[in-house]
Amino acid sequence: MTEQHLYNYCLRMGDNALILSYRLSEWCSNAPMLEEDLALTNFALDLIGRAQAILKYASELQGGVKTEDDLAYRRGEREYYNHLITELPNGDFAQTMVRQLFISAFEFYFFTELQKSTNVTLSAIAAKTLKEVKYHLMHATDWVIRLGDGTAESHKRMQDAINYLWMFTGELFEMDLIDTVLIEKGVGVDLMLLQPKWHRHIQQVMYDATLLIPEEGFMQTGSRKGIHTEYLGHILSEMQYLQRTYPDAIW
Amino acid sequence: MSQSINKNEWPLWEVFIRSKAGLDHKHAGSLHAVDAKMAIENARDVYTRRMEGVSIWVVESINIIASDPEEAEALYEPAADKVYRHPTFYNLPDEVKYM
Repeated sequence: MTEQHLYNYCLRMGDNALILSYRLSEWCSNAPMLEEDLALTNFALDLIGRAQAILKYASELQGGVKTEDDLAYRRGEREYYNHLITELPNGDFAQTMVRQLFISAFEFYFFTELQKSTNVTLSAIAAKTLKEVKYHLMHATDWVIRLGDGTAESHKRMQDAINYLWMFTGELFEMDLIDTVLIEKGVGVDLMLLQPKWHRHIQQVMYDATLLIPEEGFMQTGSRKGIHTEYLGHILSEMQYLQRTYPDAIW
Repeated sequence: MSQSINKNEWPLWEVFIRSKAGLDHKHAGSLHAVDAKMAIENARDVYTRRMEGVSIWVVESINIIASDPEEAEALYEPAADKVYRHPTFYNLPDEVKYM
Protein backbone atom coordinates (compact mmCIF):
# COMPACT_ATOMS: atom_id res chain seq x y z
CA MET A 1 0.00 0.00 0.00
CA THR A 2 1.36 3.36 -0.89
CA GLU A 3 0.66 6.44 1.17
CA GLN A 4 -0.81 7.85 -2.02
CA HIS A 5 -3.68 5.36 -1.99
CA LEU A 6 -4.55 6.16 1.58
CA TYR A 7 -4.24 9.87 0.85
CA ASN A 8 -6.71 9.63 -2.03
CA TYR A 9 -9.03 7.52 0.08
CA CYS A 10 -9.05 10.26 2.72
CA LEU A 11 -9.69 12.95 0.13
CA ARG A 12 -12.80 11.07 -1.02
CA MET A 13 -14.18 10.84 2.49
CA GLY A 14 -13.15 14.36 3.38
CA ASP A 15 -14.58 15.88 0.21
CA ASN A 16 -17.89 14.06 0.65
CA ALA A 17 -18.25 15.62 4.09
CA LEU A 18 -17.01 19.05 3.02
CA ILE A 19 -19.26 19.47 0.00
CA LEU A 20 -22.39 18.07 1.63
CA SER A 21 -21.73 20.34 4.58
CA TYR A 22 -21.62 23.29 2.22
CA ARG A 23 -24.94 22.32 0.66
CA LEU A 24 -26.65 21.79 4.00
CA SER A 25 -25.38 25.11 5.31
CA GLU A 26 -27.27 26.78 2.45
CA TRP A 27 -30.45 25.92 4.34
CA CYS A 28 -29.37 28.24 7.13
CA SER A 29 -32.20 30.79 7.53
CA ASN A 30 -34.09 29.13 4.64
CA ALA A 31 -35.53 25.98 6.20
CA PRO A 32 -39.31 25.54 6.39
CA MET A 33 -39.31 26.09 10.15
CA LEU A 34 -36.88 27.29 12.78
CA GLU A 35 -36.43 23.87 14.38
CA GLU A 36 -35.48 22.31 11.05
CA ASP A 37 -33.17 25.20 10.28
CA LEU A 38 -31.16 24.29 13.36
CA ALA A 39 -31.27 20.58 12.59
CA LEU A 40 -29.85 21.04 9.10
CA THR A 41 -27.15 23.43 10.20
CA ASN A 42 -26.25 21.03 13.02
CA PHE A 43 -25.75 18.37 10.37
CA ALA A 44 -23.60 20.80 8.40
CA LEU A 45 -21.46 21.39 11.47
CA ASP A 46 -21.10 17.64 12.10
CA LEU A 47 -19.95 17.26 8.52
CA ILE A 48 -17.48 20.14 8.53
CA GLY A 49 -15.96 18.66 11.70
CA ARG A 50 -15.61 15.34 9.98
CA ALA A 51 -14.11 16.95 6.89
CA GLN A 52 -11.58 18.76 9.03
CA ALA A 53 -10.50 15.61 10.86
CA ILE A 54 -10.11 13.58 7.69
CA LEU A 55 -8.41 16.28 5.62
CA LYS A 56 -6.06 16.97 8.51
CA TYR A 57 -5.08 13.32 8.49
CA ALA A 58 -4.65 13.49 4.70
CA SER A 59 -2.39 16.49 5.17
CA GLU A 60 -0.28 14.61 7.73
CA LEU A 61 0.08 11.68 5.36
CA GLN A 62 1.76 14.06 2.92
CA GLY A 63 4.08 15.42 5.56
CA GLY A 64 1.97 18.48 6.27
CA VAL A 65 3.18 20.36 3.20
CA LYS A 66 -0.43 21.35 2.59
CA THR A 67 -2.66 21.98 5.59
CA GLU A 68 -6.27 20.82 5.80
CA ASP A 69 -7.28 24.36 4.87
CA ASP A 70 -5.14 24.23 1.76
CA LEU A 71 -6.81 20.98 0.83
CA ALA A 72 -10.28 22.36 1.42
CA TYR A 73 -9.85 25.77 -0.16
CA ARG A 74 -7.06 25.59 -2.70
CA ARG A 75 -7.70 22.63 -4.87
CA GLY A 76 -9.23 22.89 -8.31
CA GLU A 77 -12.48 21.28 -9.37
CA ARG A 78 -10.88 18.24 -10.96
CA GLU A 79 -8.96 17.52 -7.77
CA TYR A 80 -12.15 16.94 -5.74
CA TYR A 81 -13.41 13.41 -5.27
CA ASN A 82 -16.77 13.85 -3.57
CA HIS A 83 -19.72 11.82 -4.81
CA LEU A 84 -21.81 13.76 -7.32
CA ILE A 85 -24.91 13.42 -5.13
CA THR A 86 -23.31 15.62 -2.46
CA GLU A 87 -22.85 18.57 -4.81
CA LEU A 88 -26.35 18.59 -6.32
CA PRO A 89 -28.43 21.64 -5.46
CA ASN A 90 -30.69 21.25 -2.44
CA GLY A 91 -33.85 21.49 -4.55
CA ASP A 92 -36.92 21.51 -2.36
CA PHE A 93 -37.03 20.12 1.17
CA ALA A 94 -38.09 16.73 -0.19
CA GLN A 95 -34.99 16.49 -2.36
CA THR A 96 -32.72 17.48 0.52
CA MET A 97 -34.25 14.82 2.77
CA VAL A 98 -34.10 12.05 0.17
CA ARG A 99 -30.47 12.93 -0.52
CA GLN A 100 -29.79 12.83 3.21
CA LEU A 101 -31.47 9.46 3.55
CA PHE A 102 -29.50 7.95 0.67
CA ILE A 103 -26.20 9.34 1.94
CA SER A 104 -26.75 8.77 5.67
CA ALA A 105 -27.84 5.17 5.12
CA PHE A 106 -24.69 4.63 3.05
CA GLU A 107 -22.55 6.30 5.69
CA PHE A 108 -24.15 4.25 8.44
CA TYR A 109 -23.00 1.00 6.85
CA PHE A 110 -19.73 2.47 5.62
CA PHE A 111 -18.54 3.82 8.97
CA THR A 112 -19.79 0.74 10.80
CA GLU A 113 -17.33 -1.23 8.66
CA LEU A 114 -14.59 1.40 8.78
CA GLN A 115 -14.58 1.10 12.57
CA LYS A 116 -12.91 -2.28 12.03
CA SER A 117 -10.14 -0.71 9.93
CA THR A 118 -6.59 -1.68 10.83
CA ASN A 119 -5.75 2.00 10.49
CA VAL A 120 -6.31 3.38 13.99
CA THR A 121 -6.90 6.97 12.87
CA LEU A 122 -9.61 5.95 10.44
CA SER A 123 -11.27 3.58 12.89
CA ALA A 124 -11.31 6.34 15.55
CA ILE A 125 -12.82 8.85 13.11
CA ALA A 126 -15.35 6.21 12.06
CA ALA A 127 -16.46 5.55 15.65
CA LYS A 128 -17.03 9.25 16.32
CA THR A 129 -18.71 9.82 12.96
CA LEU A 130 -21.07 6.89 13.39
CA LYS A 131 -22.79 8.53 16.36
CA GLU A 132 -23.53 11.61 14.28
CA VAL A 133 -24.62 9.61 11.26
CA LYS A 134 -27.11 7.57 13.29
CA TYR A 135 -28.92 10.77 14.19
CA HIS A 136 -28.80 12.11 10.62
CA LEU A 137 -30.26 8.83 9.42
CA MET A 138 -33.01 8.82 12.01
CA HIS A 139 -33.98 12.38 11.22
CA ALA A 140 -33.97 11.89 7.45
CA THR A 141 -35.88 8.62 7.73
CA ASP A 142 -38.58 10.27 9.83
CA TRP A 143 -39.07 13.01 7.28
CA VAL A 144 -39.10 10.68 4.30
CA ILE A 145 -41.80 8.58 5.93
CA ARG A 146 -43.83 11.58 7.09
CA LEU A 147 -43.77 13.27 3.72
CA GLY A 148 -43.97 10.11 1.60
CA ASP A 149 -46.97 8.93 3.57
CA GLY A 150 -48.32 12.47 3.92
CA THR A 151 -50.45 14.52 1.54
CA ALA A 152 -50.77 14.00 -2.20
CA GLU A 153 -48.47 16.99 -2.74
CA SER A 154 -45.77 15.86 -0.31
CA HIS A 155 -45.93 12.30 -1.65
CA LYS A 156 -45.45 13.55 -5.20
CA ARG A 157 -42.49 15.72 -4.23
CA MET A 158 -40.82 12.85 -2.44
CA GLN A 159 -41.31 10.48 -5.35
CA ASP A 160 -39.99 13.10 -7.79
CA ALA A 161 -36.90 13.57 -5.61
CA ILE A 162 -36.29 9.82 -5.48
CA ASN A 163 -36.72 9.46 -9.22
CA TYR A 164 -34.21 12.25 -9.81
CA LEU A 165 -31.61 11.25 -7.22
CA TRP A 166 -31.65 7.51 -7.83
CA MET A 167 -29.20 7.69 -10.74
CA PHE A 168 -26.62 9.23 -8.41
CA THR A 169 -26.67 6.31 -5.96
CA GLY A 170 -24.71 3.84 -8.06
CA GLU A 171 -21.59 5.90 -7.58
CA LEU A 172 -21.63 5.33 -3.82
CA PHE A 173 -20.59 1.73 -4.43
CA GLU A 174 -18.04 2.19 -7.20
CA MET A 175 -14.61 0.79 -6.47
CA ASP A 176 -11.26 1.10 -8.19
CA LEU A 177 -7.65 0.11 -7.57
CA ILE A 178 -7.42 2.32 -4.49
CA ASP A 179 -10.28 0.48 -2.81
CA THR A 180 -8.93 -2.93 -3.79
CA VAL A 181 -5.49 -2.19 -2.36
CA LEU A 182 -6.86 -0.78 0.89
CA ILE A 183 -9.36 -3.62 1.35
CA GLU A 184 -6.52 -6.13 1.03
CA LYS A 185 -4.68 -4.36 3.83
CA GLY A 186 -7.76 -4.33 6.03
CA VAL A 187 -7.81 -0.53 5.90
CA GLY A 188 -10.65 0.19 3.50
CA VAL A 189 -14.27 -0.93 3.24
CA ASP A 190 -15.56 -3.38 0.63
CA LEU A 191 -18.39 -1.38 -0.90
CA MET A 192 -19.70 -4.34 -2.85
CA LEU A 193 -20.71 -5.93 0.45
CA LEU A 194 -22.45 -2.75 1.55
CA GLN A 195 -24.68 -2.38 -1.47
CA PRO A 196 -27.23 -5.12 -0.68
CA LYS A 197 -27.48 -3.91 2.93
CA TRP A 198 -28.02 -0.35 1.80
CA HIS A 199 -30.57 -1.43 -0.79
CA ARG A 200 -32.58 -3.45 1.72
CA HIS A 201 -32.49 -0.55 4.16
CA ILE A 202 -33.76 1.94 1.59
CA GLN A 203 -36.39 -0.52 0.39
CA GLN A 204 -37.79 -0.80 3.91
CA VAL A 205 -37.98 2.98 4.35
CA MET A 206 -39.60 3.35 0.92
CA TYR A 207 -42.16 0.72 1.88
CA ASP A 208 -43.00 2.52 5.13
CA ALA A 209 -43.21 5.80 3.22
CA THR A 210 -45.42 4.32 0.46
CA LEU A 211 -42.77 5.35 -2.08
CA LEU A 212 -41.24 3.40 -4.94
CA ILE A 213 -37.63 2.73 -5.86
CA PRO A 214 -37.13 3.36 -9.58
CA GLU A 215 -36.26 0.47 -11.87
CA GLU A 216 -32.58 -0.15 -12.37
CA GLY A 217 -31.27 2.05 -15.11
CA PHE A 218 -28.51 4.44 -16.05
CA MET A 219 -26.23 5.49 -13.21
CA GLN A 220 -24.16 8.67 -13.17
CA THR A 221 -20.43 8.34 -12.59
CA GLY A 222 -17.29 10.48 -12.59
CA SER A 223 -16.24 11.61 -9.14
CA ARG A 224 -13.64 8.86 -8.73
CA LYS A 225 -11.78 10.56 -11.57
CA GLY A 226 -12.54 14.08 -10.43
CA ILE A 227 -15.21 14.59 -13.08
CA HIS A 228 -18.16 16.51 -11.71
CA THR A 229 -21.54 17.99 -12.50
CA GLU A 230 -21.69 21.66 -13.47
CA TYR A 231 -22.63 22.45 -9.87
CA LEU A 232 -19.31 21.84 -8.13
CA GLY A 233 -17.55 24.70 -9.88
CA HIS A 234 -20.17 27.12 -8.60
CA ILE A 235 -19.80 25.78 -5.08
CA LEU A 236 -16.03 26.19 -5.18
CA SER A 237 -16.14 29.68 -6.62
CA GLU A 238 -18.12 30.79 -3.58
CA MET A 239 -16.50 28.53 -0.99
CA GLN A 240 -12.96 29.36 -2.02
CA TYR A 241 -13.49 33.03 -2.74
CA LEU A 242 -11.85 34.34 0.41
CA GLN A 243 -8.75 32.16 0.26
CA ARG A 244 -8.32 32.84 -3.44
CA THR A 245 -8.78 36.58 -3.14
CA TYR A 246 -6.88 37.10 0.10
CA PRO A 247 -4.46 34.17 0.37
CA ASP A 248 -3.44 33.36 3.95
CA ALA A 249 -5.97 35.81 5.37
CA ILE A 250 -6.36 35.34 9.10
CA TRP A 251 -8.90 36.68 11.58
CA MET B 1 -58.86 27.56 29.81
CA SER B 2 -59.36 28.75 26.30
CA GLN B 3 -56.63 28.55 23.74
CA SER B 4 -57.17 29.32 20.11
CA ILE B 5 -55.31 27.00 17.84
CA ASN B 6 -54.43 28.01 14.33
CA LYS B 7 -54.97 24.92 12.23
CA ASN B 8 -52.03 25.78 9.99
CA GLU B 9 -49.67 25.87 12.92
CA TRP B 10 -48.07 22.90 14.52
CA PRO B 11 -48.80 22.34 18.21
CA LEU B 12 -46.57 24.01 20.75
CA TRP B 13 -44.49 21.86 23.11
CA GLU B 14 -42.68 22.72 26.32
CA VAL B 15 -39.17 21.32 26.64
CA PHE B 16 -37.50 20.20 29.85
CA ILE B 17 -33.81 19.33 29.92
CA ARG B 18 -31.85 17.36 32.49
CA SER B 19 -28.37 18.82 32.41
CA LYS B 20 -26.70 15.84 34.04
CA ALA B 21 -27.54 12.62 35.80
CA GLY B 22 -29.00 13.23 39.24
CA LEU B 23 -30.30 16.72 38.55
CA ASP B 24 -33.90 17.70 37.85
CA HIS B 25 -35.30 18.39 34.43
CA LYS B 26 -35.58 22.15 34.02
CA HIS B 27 -37.78 24.10 31.67
CA ALA B 28 -35.66 25.14 28.70
CA GLY B 29 -38.20 26.71 26.37
CA SER B 30 -40.78 25.73 23.80
CA LEU B 31 -40.98 24.73 20.17
CA HIS B 32 -43.35 23.54 17.47
CA ALA B 33 -43.69 19.94 16.33
CA VAL B 34 -46.41 17.72 14.87
CA ASP B 35 -45.98 14.90 17.37
CA ALA B 36 -43.96 13.78 20.37
CA LYS B 37 -41.23 12.08 18.36
CA MET B 38 -40.59 15.18 16.30
CA ALA B 39 -40.74 17.31 19.45
CA ILE B 40 -37.95 15.25 21.01
CA GLU B 41 -35.81 15.51 17.87
CA ASN B 42 -36.42 19.23 17.56
CA ALA B 43 -35.65 19.74 21.24
CA ARG B 44 -32.40 17.88 20.75
CA ASP B 45 -31.49 20.17 17.87
CA VAL B 46 -32.65 23.41 19.43
CA TYR B 47 -31.77 23.00 23.09
CA THR B 48 -28.88 20.52 23.45
CA ARG B 49 -26.47 21.75 20.80
CA ARG B 50 -24.01 23.02 23.36
CA MET B 51 -24.04 19.94 25.57
CA GLU B 52 -26.84 21.31 27.75
CA GLY B 53 -28.38 17.98 28.47
CA VAL B 54 -28.46 14.23 28.85
CA SER B 55 -32.23 13.74 28.91
CA ILE B 56 -35.23 15.52 27.40
CA TRP B 57 -38.89 15.67 28.40
CA VAL B 58 -41.47 17.24 26.14
CA VAL B 59 -45.10 17.94 26.89
CA GLU B 60 -47.69 19.62 24.73
CA SER B 61 -48.21 23.12 26.05
CA ILE B 62 -52.00 22.76 26.14
CA ASN B 63 -51.57 20.02 28.73
CA ILE B 64 -49.94 22.39 31.17
CA ILE B 65 -52.36 23.95 33.64
CA ALA B 66 -51.11 27.28 34.91
CA SER B 67 -52.17 29.20 37.99
CA ASP B 68 -54.22 32.29 37.32
CA PRO B 69 -52.21 35.55 37.59
CA GLU B 70 -55.42 37.26 38.81
CA GLU B 71 -55.32 35.07 41.90
CA ALA B 72 -51.70 35.82 42.68
CA GLU B 73 -52.61 37.92 45.71
CA ALA B 74 -54.68 35.19 47.32
CA LEU B 75 -52.28 32.45 46.38
CA TYR B 76 -48.90 33.87 47.29
CA GLU B 77 -49.10 36.92 49.49
CA PRO B 78 -50.30 35.09 52.61
CA ALA B 79 -46.86 33.47 52.77
CA ALA B 80 -45.10 36.83 52.86
CA ASP B 81 -45.43 37.52 56.60
CA LYS B 82 -44.66 33.97 57.75
CA VAL B 83 -40.90 34.06 57.85
CA TYR B 84 -40.92 31.50 60.65
CA ARG B 85 -41.55 28.88 57.98
CA HIS B 86 -37.93 29.28 57.00
CA PRO B 87 -35.71 27.18 59.24
CA THR B 88 -33.58 30.20 60.18
CA PHE B 89 -34.43 30.33 63.87
CA TYR B 90 -32.53 27.28 64.94
CA ASN B 91 -28.99 27.27 66.19
CA LEU B 92 -27.22 24.62 64.23
CA PRO B 93 -24.54 22.60 65.95
CA ASP B 94 -21.11 23.12 64.37
CA GLU B 95 -20.96 19.43 63.51
CA VAL B 96 -23.74 19.85 60.97
CA LYS B 97 -22.23 20.99 57.76
CA TYR B 98 -23.59 22.06 54.41
CA MET B 99 -26.92 23.38 55.60
